[in-house]
Amino acid sequence: MISDLFSVTVLIGILASGIRLATPYLYAAIGETFSQKSGVLNLGVEGQMLLGAFAAFYVALSTGSLWLGMLTAMIVGALMGLAMAYVTVNLHAQQGISGIGFYLFGLGMSDLLFQKLMGNVETVKGFPKIYIPGLSDIPGIGEIFFSQNILVYGAYLLVPLAWFVLNKTTLGLKIRSVGENPDAADSLGVSVARIRYFTIILGGVLSGIAGASLSIALLNVFQQNMTSGLGFIAVALVYFGGWRPVGVLGGALLFSLINSLQLWIQVLGIPIPSDIAVMMPYVLTILVLVATVSRVRSPSALSKPFEREN
Amino acid sequence: MRSRLNALFDALLPVLATLAALGVGAVMLLILKVNPIEAYAALWDGAFGSSNAFAETLVKATPLLLVALGICISFRGDVINIGGEGQMIIGAILATWVGLTFTGLPGWLVVTISLVAGFLGGAIWGGIPGVLKAYFSVNEILSTVMMNAIAVQLMNFLLRGPMIDPSQAELASKIPQTARLLDAFRLPRLAPTRLHLGALIAVILAIAVYILLWRTTLGYRIRAVGQNPNASRYAGIKVQRYMVLALLLSGAFAGLAGATQVFGVNYRMITDGSSSGFTGSAGFNGIVAALFGQLHPLWSIPASILFGALLVGANKMQRVVQVPSALVIALNGLVVVFVVSSEILRKRRQRRRLADARQEDETPPPTESGESQIKQAETGA
Repeated sequence: MISDLFSVTVLIGILASGIRLATPYLYAAIGETFSQKSGVLNLGVEGQMLLGAFAAFYVALSTGSLWLGMLTAMIVGALMGLAMAYVTVNLHAQQGISGIGFYLFGLGMSDLLFQKLMGNVETVKGFPKIYIPGLSDIPGIGEIFFSQNILVYGAYLLVPLAWFVLNKTTLGLKIRSVGENPDAADSLGVSVARIRYFTIILGGVLSGIAGASLSIALLNVFQQNMTSGLGFIAVALVYFGGWRPVGVLGGALLFSLINSLQLWIQVLGIPIPSDIAVMMPYVLTILVLVATVSRVRSPSALSKPFEREN
Repeated sequence: MRSRLNALFDALLPVLATLAALGVGAVMLLILKVNPIEAYAALWDGAFGSSNAFAETLVKATPLLLVALGICISFRGDVINIGGEGQMIIGAILATWVGLTFTGLPGWLVVTISLVAGFLGGAIWGGIPGVLKAYFSVNEILSTVMMNAIAVQLMNFLLRGPMIDPSQAELASKIPQTARLLDAFRLPRLAPTRLHLGALIAVILAIAVYILLWRTTLGYRIRAVGQNPNASRYAGIKVQRYMVLALLLSGAFAGLAGATQVFGVNYRMITDGSSSGFTGSAGFNGIVAALFGQLHPLWSIPASILFGALLVGANKMQRVVQVPSALVIALNGLVVVFVVSSEILRKRRQRRRLADARQEDETPPPTESGESQIKQAETGA
């Protein structure tokens, strides 16, 4: 049975679903990269994703429009981000703990709304696969990379885009300076508050999309607590990737490929207890964190509220 | 007199934060077309309406308090422990294993050893992220979250395989649960309700943690490291060691919480595949209770009762006015947000007080140097 794992079809299946499963991690973790780069640790990602996933699903189900669902998820994420920004920037609240608060809020609210508005698990027809002309016909490669739905493509386009914004634009420079030395940035006339509002809200929007990608593009269903820790993993991936979009991509791929391997192991009935297989990505993440974290330095002002000296 | 008023105001802040959260909850209820007064009345009745209801509240508050005590220690040491869920699970697994293995020994002995085993299990599960933080600079928020996920899978694996109830192993259903503990191994009841000895143990430990934090060198050093690691290092404190200890002790109390759930409430371990299925999210809600109690072990007692009441009352509310009890989880989240947000009011008042004092006796204002912070830690502000 182990040899089944190495047949070409299975390998292609593992890679294709690995590429697909990285989608929610990418959106959420790239969003978190922006906010952490500006010095804000947002631990509420999971809650934002859950509310986003519900909003997208509910709107898509009741209006029949997937794009309207996406838009709602983005708005919901933005509002959660706005609240987080107000609490951490204006009220200087401890970021880690307020994030936990927003997580619990999203967890409870999405469950409450689900039970009140829907009641039972339903499914929608999610975003269809888009076959890139020409490329999708390449054997193997085509199925792995060029036969995915639009949110998957979007997630991978987001990586170079985030890299460009963070490293090649004035906005990116401001974000990084606010995260490294807010006092200096402030004295040069950069509004620390405005930059952090921007990054936290952007993070919220992307977390909302991450949730939507689960409920209307990958799984096409909404359930209570359907993210089950995915948002926290996304935060971990930011550390894992050393606050660089490319690093985040690497981490997300590693994590999702192991996950998809684990799913296939179960599908093929290979006698490794599934619980142990599910555990592996987490163990691996810890090991990789141990191996890499001490090499990379976090943004100096990460999780420190900024107060202007008088 | 004035300082009394200030202290009163500080103590009232979390209460105001809760009222604010309940206010938002009332608006949400109105949107759901439910009369908030009716809903909150049902909640109150469910939590305090009868001696049974009150006992349930205390039963629910017990793991919250134990987790909260651990959180007081770790957060005072400036170490964020989000791994309460996993630590509870590992503590419970170890305690259950002891309870199911040493069936020939007297009850009081097995219960004692089991609770100690739970304490140790949690200590191991908290100690690992502690070591990773102190010696490998792995962020403890992330590692504790990962450790939660690992603990859940470990529990699922053990309860489906090696530790499964022998009678379930023969059935096709194979419900993932352990065998039932012997009757002699149950924690004694305190009243003719489900209230068990664990609640009393938790209260005694709250006093012990208070003494630990403010009357022992160990506690002093944990707090000093939390307030200013650099100054502590200059003062000769081995900072890394106390970081590990803070997380390890924090995990230990969560592990004990897991053990008391098995020996006081369920008498076996059973899993629905998720962590909250076993813990009832006490690992997270304990953080809420500790913050609400201003990271003070004794204030954590009423705080835990309050959140226990909310959780128990929510079930009654769900039955009476058909509002899903998930509302209370959302409200808990809001309480956390409001409590941490209201800190700014306290800081502002503190600053104003300092400024006033400066004007009054014209002594130089206390600087925010490491030394004064250490002193502050010593006097227990």
